[in-house]
Amino acid sequence: MKGNAGLGRVVLCGFVLGLLVHCIGSNGDILPIQKRGAVKTEDTRAGGKVVMAGSTAMEKLADILAESFMEDYPNVTVTVEFTGSSAGIESVLQGRADIGNASRGLREEEIAAGAVENVVAIDGIAVITHFSNRVSHLTLPQLTEIYAGRIRNWRELGGADEPIVVVGREAGSGTRSTFEELLGMADQCAYANEIDSSGAVMARVAATPGAIGYVSADIPDATVQVMALDDRLPTPSQVQDGSYPLRRPFVMVTDGSVIQQSASVREFFAYIWSDEGKRLIESAGLAAAFPDVTWKPEHTRWKRSVYEAYIILHRRGRLQGRMAQRHGGIRSAGSFYDLCILLDRCGFYDNAVYDG
Amino acid sequence: MITLYMMANGLPAFFKLGIKEILFCTEWKPTAASPSFGILYIILTSAAGTAAAVVISVPVAVLTAVFLAEIAPECLARIVRAAVELLAGIPSVIYGLLGLMILNPLMYRAEQKIFRGSEQHQFSGGANLLTAVLVLAVMILPTVIHISETAIRSVPAQLKASSLALGASRVQTIFKVVLPAARPGIVTAVVLGVGRALGEAMAVGLVSGGRVNIPLPFSSVRFLTTAIVSEMGYAGGLHRQVLFTIGLVLFGFIMAVNAVIGGMFAQNDGQEE
Repeated sequence: MKGNAGLGRVVLCGFVLGLLVHCIGSNGDILPIQKRGAVKTEDTRAGGKVVMAGSTAMEKLADILAESFMEDYPNVTVTVEFTGSSAGIESVLQGRADIGNASRGLREEEIAAGAVENVVAIDGIAVITHFSNRVSHLTLPQLTEIYAGRIRNWRELGGADEPIVVVGREAGSGTRSTFEELLGMADQCAYANEIDSSGAVMARVAATPGAIGYVSADIPDATVQVMALDDRLPTPSQVQDGSYPLRRPFVMVTDGSVIQQSASVREFFAYIWSDEGKRLIESAGLAAAFPDVTWKPEHTRWKRSVYEAYIILHRRGRLQGRMAQRHGGIRSAGSFYDLCILLDRCGFYDNAVYDG
Repeated sequence: MITLYMMANGLPAFFKLGIKEILFCTEWKPTAASPSFGILYIILTSAAGTAAAVVISVPVAVLTAVFLAEIAPECLARIVRAAVELLAGIPSVIYGLLGLMILNPLMYRAEQKIFRGSEQHQFSGGANLLTAVLVLAVMILPTVIHISETAIRSVPAQLKASSLALGASRVQTIFKVVLPAARPGIVTAVVLGVGRALGEAMAVGLVSGGRVNIPLPFSSVRFLTTAIVSEMGYAGGLHRQVLFTIGLVLFGFIMAVNAVIGGMFAQNDGQEE
């Protein structure tokens, strides 16, 4: 059995390489092949380290993923720090962390500095109120009016005669910028309180009758009331299918694409994007996501790496059918990552990395 | 070293934005499309909050110190002193939590009474300047009491004895002789109290609401320290530099307060002698 699988892998590698060359040829581009010293190649089985730093909003997710990963891979140590999205990305770019957790999309200057965005989950932003509040449904326009300071009393929304205390996060918070962008009122919110962590927002809303606030969808507990927006609650399924209106990506940022990372980090990403990872992400109250790397016609060269070329091939549907036939273990959802890891184990990337 | 580091990190933003844009502008929108970094309200909040806390706290603290050093019987003094030491030992975050859980709801009730039916007032939910001032006042009590008491105790016994011998009552002796004699020590206590109040971030951050506003008693406000603490984690680029600048302002503030208060009293002493 083992021998067969090994043979299969080798065949597979050759096949993929052939496809790549074919694809490049058809685009009329020249693909420089070079050895790259930057690729780290230590063996996962021999032990390794994954250092994560970043968003406080991703705390629950990062902890769950790190703990379960370490159970399955006892030789790898995963450490997580919660320093905030921007600080996390900065640590990755400075080489102090392997993965930067960001609860927002990357900024242009960060992409220019080499940061690569790997979306791992989709988060809903839950709108919460004091549990005594009689109003339990809001429409998006109503929410906008509240945060703009034009609706100032719950009476106007059919609730008790209680002033609305508008609670938000501090400037620079990923949750705040996403929330404001989604409402279409960046930096125009009339906050009564600006609080610097999700937990403190929860405490403030739970302690103040008439307060309204927003936190990541996986955070609220029984101390507050979660509002339905346009009749949708931020459950994983409603966040995933896009019917809940306030959603944002949870991103794990790497310096260069995933495949240029150390073996432990690659293994970690494969784990996140596997069925097991998907289950864990959903257990954290989030919707699982796969990275959205779309091929743009203006890309005249293979800019990033084989890994992304792979996704492109996959998206074009050239690979999927035949690959699935040749390797029964590949699942449709995460197949290219599994394939990637497979190629990696064959030593494919150790020998050559395509770089534009 | 620290001064140089603060300068190196805090000054670039001044050059980029201009002193006026930072110190005398009231709009704080660091992440907007066209960001503005005016910290005037933040500076005023820190100044007003600290001043109010000191005004509330110092009389109480000095009288407590007098009580401990001069009036109380030894066993009672020991109990009170232990209580003060306990107060000093409580971490600031606990003060913040107590403020959040106890003072904020009380303040919110007061706020609702005072501003009932008001159209303009934005309700802060009890997280306002007044709460922060009260928390700060309690926090600086132990520092001021402790140092004042030491100062009062170190007043020479002959002074007191001669005052009493001349027929002054005990109260007269305390207020006319002992306190003036202990003044340098009490000034030190006040300066340290001001320093502690200015530099406090954790407790204030929890109870003050964090919105950049004019420092009115029932407005949610942001102090210099909380401005740095709350945004440092997520700030990048120019925003980050401005936060360092705020640090520099705070630094300068504390220096200035020390110099001014110290200088003021030194001068007074000179005149009297």
